[in-house]
Amino acid sequence: MDDCADISLTVNGERVTRRVRARTNLVDFLRDDLALTGSHVGCEHGVCGACTVRVDGRITRGCLMLAVQADGATVETIEGRSDGGHLRDLQQEFHQRNALQCGFCTAGMLLTADELLSQSASLTREGVREHLSGNFCRCTGYQPIIDAIMAVAEKRGIAR
Amino acid sequence: MTQSTLPQPIGASLARPRARRILEGRGRYTDDIVLPRMAHAVFVRSPHPHARLVSIDAEAAKQGEGVIRVITGKEVAEHTQSYSAVHELFAGMRAPRQWPMVVDVARFQGEPVVAVVADTRAHAEDAAELVVIEWEPLDAVSDGRFGMTEDAPVIHAELGSNIAYQGTVATGDVDAAVSKSEHVIGGEFRFGRHTGVALEPRSIVADYQAADRALTVHQSHQSPSQQQDIYSRLLGLDENKVRVNTPDVGGAFGIKQQLYGDELATCILSKIVNRPVKFVADRVESLSTDIHARDHNVRARLAVDRDGRFTGLDVDDCFGVGAYSQYPRSSIGEGSHVLRLSGAAYALEAYRSQLTMVLQNKNLVGHYRSVGHPIAVAVTESLVDQAARKLGIDPLEIRRRNYIPDNAYPYKSHGGFVFDALSQHACLEKFAKLVRYDERRAEQEALRKSGIYRGIGIASFVELSGTGPEYYGKGGARVSAQDGVHVKLEPSGKVRCFPSVSDQGQGTDNAIGQVVAAVLGIPFDDVSVISGDSENAPYGGGAWASRGAAMGGEAAYRAAEALRDNVLLVAASILQARPSDLAIRNGAIVNAADGTERMTIAETARIGYFRQDLLPPDLQPEFSVVRHYVPRRQPFVISNGIQGSYVEVDVETGFVTLLEHVVVHDAGTLINPMIAEGQIRGGVVQGIGAALYEEILYGDAGELTTGTLADYLVPMSFEMPDILVDHVNVPLAGSILGAKGVGEAGTAGSSAAVLNAVNDALAPLGALITQIPMTPERILRALGRVP
Repeated sequence: MDDCADISLTVNGERVTRRVRARTNLVDFLRDDLALTGSHVGCEHGVCGACTVRVDGRITRGCLMLAVQADGATVETIEGRSDGGHLRDLQQEFHQRNALQCGFCTAGMLLTADELLSQSASLTREGVREHLSGNFCRCTGYQPIIDAIMAVAEKRGIAR
Repeated sequence: MTQSTLPQPIGASLARPRARRILEGRGRYTDDIVLPRMAHAVFVRSPHPHARLVSIDAEAAKQGEGVIRVITGKEVAEHTQSYSAVHELFAGMRAPRQWPMVVDVARFQGEPVVAVVADTRAHAEDAAELVVIEWEPLDAVSDGRFGMTEDAPVIHAELGSNIAYQGTVATGDVDAAVSKSEHVIGGEFRFGRHTGVALEPRSIVADYQAADRALTVHQSHQSPSQQQDIYSRLLGLDENKVRVNTPDVGGAFGIKQQLYGDELATCILSKIVNRPVKFVADRVESLSTDIHARDHNVRARLAVDRDGRFTGLDVDDCFGVGAYSQYPRSSIGEGSHVLRLSGAAYALEAYRSQLTMVLQNKNLVGHYRSVGHPIAVAVTESLVDQAARKLGIDPLEIRRRNYIPDNAYPYKSHGGFVFDALSQHACLEKFAKLVRYDERRAEQEALRKSGIYRGIGIASFVELSGTGPEYYGKGGARVSAQDGVHVKLEPSGKVRCFPSVSDQGQGTDNAIGQVVAAVLGIPFDDVSVISGDSENAPYGGGAWASRGAAMGGEAAYRAAEALRDNVLLVAASILQARPSDLAIRNGAIVNAADGTERMTIAETARIGYFRQDLLPPDLQPEFSVVRHYVPRRQPFVISNGIQGSYVEVDVETGFVTLLEHVVVHDAGTLINPMIAEGQIRGGVVQGIGAALYEEILYGDAGELTTGTLADYLVPMSFEMPDILVDHVNVPLAGSILGAKGVGEAGTAGSSAAVLNAVNDALAPLGALITQIPMTPERILRALGRVP
């Protein structure tokens, strides 16, 4: 029998209490236990960034953190950030510029870009390319993603 | 009809409605599907590249928590027929028979051996570790050239040797050309293995209903109709009881186009345990069992006269294909394209290309984006650049001089195709302007003086897309070259379309929606496109060979025309007008002559569906129309383009910085330029990955050494350049819409462009590299800076 633990956390603004196996990682917990399937499992070893979620306001790889480590934390996924309206301008630019094709990387891209935009006083195209290097996209060649993020930076007056 | 005369929104860069859901985190990929009583399958895989199965002890695994069944390959084989993929167009091709899992001998590392079905994936993985398998290891074949020799162990005894195919395509007398010409440029080229790395791994949920003898499969796949046919035939089920639904698919690129043993086994497991079973590959399984590509060793020589005219091309390709031929399409595609497309851009009087396809104890090589083209193009274009350098002719000029002349079309190519009208000269001239070629050359020259080595690489390419029935159909494979679109007018005047073309993010849904809106005369937002489900779509090919727009778009055009005519027939009856005097514009029935609105399409639909009593008794409204399309003039839709890469090579470290990449491509009519350019950019980056980073590596004994994404390097955003894309638009002959393929064009030429750019940078140092990926180590070795 696996070791289990009770955890209590806030996910997308809702209080959640569950008994989880100690070995369950955060993204599996979000997907399998809470049906938050917007976070994706791409590599399970922290390289591709498809499982990116926010934990206590910082983006985190959902495959490199255990669910039990999120006890007491505030977790936000693409579903919550989207419903909260935090991503609206980014989503619009991504849509208009076709910055997603298959869309499997998109949640991670949006959450990573969202954090970058909110933490930066000024952004360059090269800086965005550098910052997104932990998120693989196999479809777009990245260019429209960079364009979309820079367009938001432009509108927010932080593009350089 | 030219681009400008086709109705809008054909040609408009409209955003994809389907993307909205995904942007909000509401995509539905196969792994997101959970069915009642669903179990999870995990496969124990062969750790050996080649070994005889001696015994399996699954007793401990069966006792594992949550374990439902532990099933061997032999048991699975009892529920299916075996299969093998020869391609009958290639006389003498031999392919071994395959079972979904190992029955007696494992022939590549990662081949599934035992399946564990449990209540959760974690429990299935726990139990899989308890399965004890005894093996008798056998000698393995890793290198293709070695596999051809008599010393090599024979992988499939029933074939007698490891050679699956040998063939030659020849025109004229190459040996004479070589002996008569002033210059002969020769070399050996090596192309590493790579794979698609769809970010969403292969995934399947199989749901067998014993009471109905029915199988529903939700699967991350490109070709729902093909899978329906395969599951039905191999499992002995009636085809009308087999449904294959491909929901959102997280990237495919060709690797989700075939039958995989573990996926067929998952269907069988569902039947055995009588409940839905899910299998999702993890990344190690993806890297070791997703279809691989390339693995070619090519020896080639180009004969050139003193004026820089090519007189002959001689190509010898050893193609390592892995342990089996991929089913159902066979693995010969890559080799076939090297056979027939090498030198395709150029007018050559003498040509010979030989292919030897060799089985190996490695994962299967098959179709990945731009099948074979990157090999043919890189070999040719590298030789062309080397010739230019040797003769002191500018690389653009030597191409101009040797392209098939514009007045030679239709042109019978040395590879055996008829080219209707390539636009190579137009593409090249547009390219030269776009890339500011002379300026770049001056800049390169100036920087060399200060020890900065920049290079410009050019690659012309001719590509085959939109494969017709002469290839698979005639070759004996049950692969539909035809696609269909069902267009249905709803009573409110809105429209649904169900194409057989499937969309893994390429945007073919959009292309079809735009064509239907344009032809029917209704707003784009009034059209919904529902694709990917074999139960409600017409039978068709799905997504492969860059065919979505060319085939699906044309079928959509014809279906929408038919529906428009049917709507106008009903409207004309209501309005007491002649159908030919009416038209549909922006959702309204109007007078064709002056555009005066007569009634809405919604009102026409209402009467057609609910008030047939108002219509003449012999007028039956037909508001649901299906049309199909398959090109019959040529076996392939043939198009062309040119790419350029501008790089800087750090000769101390061997690192390559990509400064710029330019593509000029002829995709015929562009239905949605933004989407088309997105396809090209994505394709370019995959080819750049092949040129610089990506390589599946096996040791000499056939053991995989690149099992993670830290070993297998995928291009990242900071390494990639901005990619400038422009177009020449020569509409496809024989179709109304005129669209050609676009999805693979980027990949066809980008590896070659980067290869040539690096060699152009290294040229002043006397170095030449003919192997991709060009890792820093290989570049330093070419420079003689490391042994």
